[in-house]
Amino acid sequence: METNVSDKVKTWLGVASIPIMVWTAIPLLWILATSLKSTAALADSTQNILGNFWPKHMTLDNYRLIFTGGASDLFVPALWHSIVVCLVSTVISVILATFCAYAIARLDFPGKGVILTTALAVSFFPVIAMVTPLFNLWRQIGLFDTLPGLIIPYLALTLPLSIWTLSAFFQQIPWEMEQAAQVDGATSWQAFRKVIAPLAAPGVFTTAIIAFFTAWNDFVFSSNLTSENARTVPAALAYFTGASQFEQPTGAICAAAVIVTIPVVILVLLFQRRIVSGLTSGAVKG
Amino acid sequence: MSRIELKNIVKKYGDGFPAVNDVSLDIADGEFVILVGPSGCGKSTLLRMVVGLEDITSGDLLIDGKRVNDLAPRDRHLAMVFQNYALYPHLTVFENIAFPLRLQKGKHSEEEIRRMVHQASGMLELDEHLDRKPSNLSGGQRQRVAMGRAIVREADAFLFDEPLSNLDAKLRGQMRTEIARMQRRLGITTIYVTHDQVEAMTLGDRVAVLKKGILQQVASPRELYEQPVNLFVAGFIGSPPMNFLPARVSGSTLHLPHAEVTITGDLVEKVKGKDVVIVGLRPEHIKDATVETTPEHAVHFTAVVDQTEWLGNEQYAYIPFDADRAVRDKLDELDRELDGEGMHPQLIVNLDARSRVIEGDEADLAFDPALMHVFDPESGDNLTRDDEKAAQIAKDSEAQRRMALERAKKREAAKGGAA
Amino acid sequence: MTTDSAATGTTRTKARLSDRARGERALGWRLAGPAFVIMLLVTLYPIAYAVYLSLFNYRLTDPAGRKFVFLRNYLTALTDPLFWQTFTTTFIIVVVTLVFELVLGMAIAMVMNKVVWPRKTLRTIVLIPYSIITVVSGFAWLFAAQVSTGFFNHWLHVFTFGAWNLEYDWFGGRWSSLTIICLSEIWKTTPFMSLLLLAGLAQVDSSMEEAAKVDGATWWQRFYKVILPNMKAALMVAVLFRTLDAVRIYDNPYIMTGGANKTMTLSMLVANETINRVEIGMGSALAVILFIIVLIIAFIFVRGFKVDLTGGTRGR
Repeated sequence: METNVSDKVKTWLGVASIPIMVWTAIPLLWILATSLKSTAALADSTQNILGNFWPKHMTLDNYRLIFTGGASDLFVPALWHSIVVCLVSTVISVILATFCAYAIARLDFPGKGVILTTALAVSFFPVIAMVTPLFNLWRQIGLFDTLPGLIIPYLALTLPLSIWTLSAFFQQIPWEMEQAAQVDGATSWQAFRKVIAPLAAPGVFTTAIIAFFTAWNDFVFSSNLTSENARTVPAALAYFTGASQFEQPTGAICAAAVIVTIPVVILVLLFQRRIVSGLTSGAVKG
Repeated sequence: MSRIELKNIVKKYGDGFPAVNDVSLDIADGEFVILVGPSGCGKSTLLRMVVGLEDITSGDLLIDGKRVNDLAPRDRHLAMVFQNYALYPHLTVFENIAFPLRLQKGKHSEEEIRRMVHQASGMLELDEHLDRKPSNLSGGQRQRVAMGRAIVREADAFLFDEPLSNLDAKLRGQMRTEIARMQRRLGITTIYVTHDQVEAMTLGDRVAVLKKGILQQVASPRELYEQPVNLFVAGFIGSPPMNFLPARVSGSTLHLPHAEVTITGDLVEKVKGKDVVIVGLRPEHIKDATVETTPEHAVHFTAVVDQTEWLGNEQYAYIPFDADRAVRDKLDELDRELDGEGMHPQLIVNLDARSRVIEGDEADLAFDPALMHVFDPESGDNLTRDDEKAAQIAKDSEAQRRMALERAKKREAAKGGAA
Repeated sequence: MTTDSAATGTTRTKARLSDRARGERALGWRLAGPAFVIMLLVTLYPIAYAVYLSLFNYRLTDPAGRKFVFLRNYLTALTDPLFWQTFTTTFIIVVVTLVFELVLGMAIAMVMNKVVWPRKTLRTIVLIPYSIITVVSGFAWLFAAQVSTGFFNHWLHVFTFGAWNLEYDWFGGRWSSLTIICLSEIWKTTPFMSLLLLAGLAQVDSSMEEAAKVDGATWWQRFYKVILPNMKAALMVAVLFRTLDAVRIYDNPYIMTGGANKTMTLSMLVANETINRVEIGMGSALAVILFIIVLIIAFIFVRGFKVDLTGGTRGR
């Protein structure tokens, strides 16, 4: 592809990519900058440079506030809830989806199309339409504001996605690989463990990241189906209050945002190539 | 070492269409049998039924006299080389070859595995590639790794599913001789599926020709070439393919598009009552009368050459003709069955390289009527097939095979003794 | 549950099946069944329950007063000006974001497809907004536009040589609020759009483009007549996914305005009725209406534009 691009075009494309990168990066740097501002600097443009963007004096006060200070009893439990709920729902849905996708890709049975179509249709459901009945039901059976009460709807979010992406991954593994193993003397289980599993591992891993991220990102369920005992980070952010009643919690929110964003960004960047192929393989004809 | 018997094997798919229909085949210990036919003839399905990757709808499959229809692939002790080699991309060449050994837990020590893999890799000249991954290998090397994996298994038989179809022409030739040499050396029963009649002719002790799931003829390459049972086999075997010419019958004379042939013996009886028959003439049996000597009873004719191709060692001439409407449909159908392109019918002549015929010339040609085949246009049966001769060829081929196998075994034993 | 499905699966077949084929079917449903059933339970059940509840006048604070009202909730909703206001707001957000994301996403995809330097960096950086939690991006844009904490007014002040009012309140009016909401939405989701489009672009055979070049096509003609038609599938899927996502928009406006200044979206209205006003019946009716809107959009795309969603993963 590169070979038939002339130097002039190369330069222009390079130049064109600069505004794209700047446009992408500014809001990110902005969150970081805000989290590093002191309470006084937040509302006072004279204490900041670059047009109220970056603080003259950086401080970690906000981070202290959310981990050990006044906002810690809101943020720290929420962080734990997020981690537990997202991990559990990811593990469950990836395990279930792995079996399901393996069957869809490998076995001939009626109803394969139904499963895939349902998975797709389900992912089109407006999540808010699920919140209303779940809210009512959870209150009645006592699942409101509990971790399982959040894990179950997260399965609804992550399962269709996982089934869809994993089927695409499994279909890329040549079928003959498994047959060859069988002829070589492997049992079905050996063929799965020694040949299919190593080949599918990257796909399963990618799906897990995407599923985890989808759950991590959720705000609708968390803000509507929990109050204090199971609230996750995105919802907790919305309920943050400042150090005092009359102070905006801007800095604390940004510090918390940085904390929950950094691991995900690192994860996505580390596995960017796989994630891109995972995201697109299910959607675009591959 | 083992004998494989197929008895009335049928494969029907969900829609009831028989992909393989009533195939019976007896493969002797150490024999190299080719399954050949155009695409969709059921040859791969048949092979996959033998190895156990495909269910057998009805019929019996026996290995060494034991019915194995319901055995899982791993219990049949067969080794298979797949069309795209099916190498495990996450394993090195060494581990790929060692894979079948590692599956038999505890049966082989690490030392033993290493020895066996090295023995196979030595035989296949893969020693310097053992630590590489399949993705870094060339097509020929991958092919050899797949064979190595089959060899170490010490299986009862080798199965090949179009193993050379992904290689370029030159490599294909090399690997072909390599496979033949290996098979003789190991003396192992082998079934080899291909759509390429050159591979079929050069490799096989016997060749089974399939058409639409039905076995047409099982015979040595020589018998297939000289005594084909029907139009299909005659058209499939040989390159360039046999010419099929419509011929009007009047008494003991056949009127061909360019010539007339007088027939004798019981052939006259056989064609009696038929308006037209199809005459089969191999391109190499038609000679340029001006440069080559022809037998005195040869049939001479002249025809305008449309196109010539000079290849150095030989030369092809193309002579278009109009097929008789009565056999046109039959020939078109045959063309389709042989994966043809439906081109205008033309006579192909394989001339001597010395011949000076160029396009537009009226060439002086001749052929020996004894080498001509006559086919029934309805059934496609070969009316000129000589069963006695065919039996003699079969006997000779079998004797030759045994001798070659014997010799290979002796040589191997001598080598083993010297080492 | 799984055995039920397996039974219906096998009874439907007419031809005699070999043991292996039957075993394969049973195994297929045994493996796929649990995921399928759980998926149905956690999604279809709430939806069905919502449809049921939507036929009642039902306040959570007054369970005894629950009364069957048939379609009255729907009638009330569809004649309520607030509903139509949220509908319009949602519609505006969908159209604006979609148009910008499509144009921007396409441009970014084309740059990413051909760029030589800085190829890797660009592809990496573009992924970052995708990995940001929507709530976080909502806050980032909220703080950036707020008068007290933000930099927008300061930057605009500089770029317009002082003409821009430093005290401009973005969240004081409907249109300025929607502008920020849309900007945030565009920033967050354009990467996803451009990734899908890039995958589509990668499928366009470059020799086809070269052939068009030889045939004398201009850059625009090549783009319009060769590239676009050949990536139609990817384009349609991207547009469909984005449209359905945008219709359900909730997090962003909730964080930024909480629905003030007529910026409430349909999803917010549903949550508001259910959670804050505990009008379960009305909330459910609104949820069903939203669901039907999504269904209609999906239907129009799949039928009208012939988007083949199963094409990519249909069996061998």
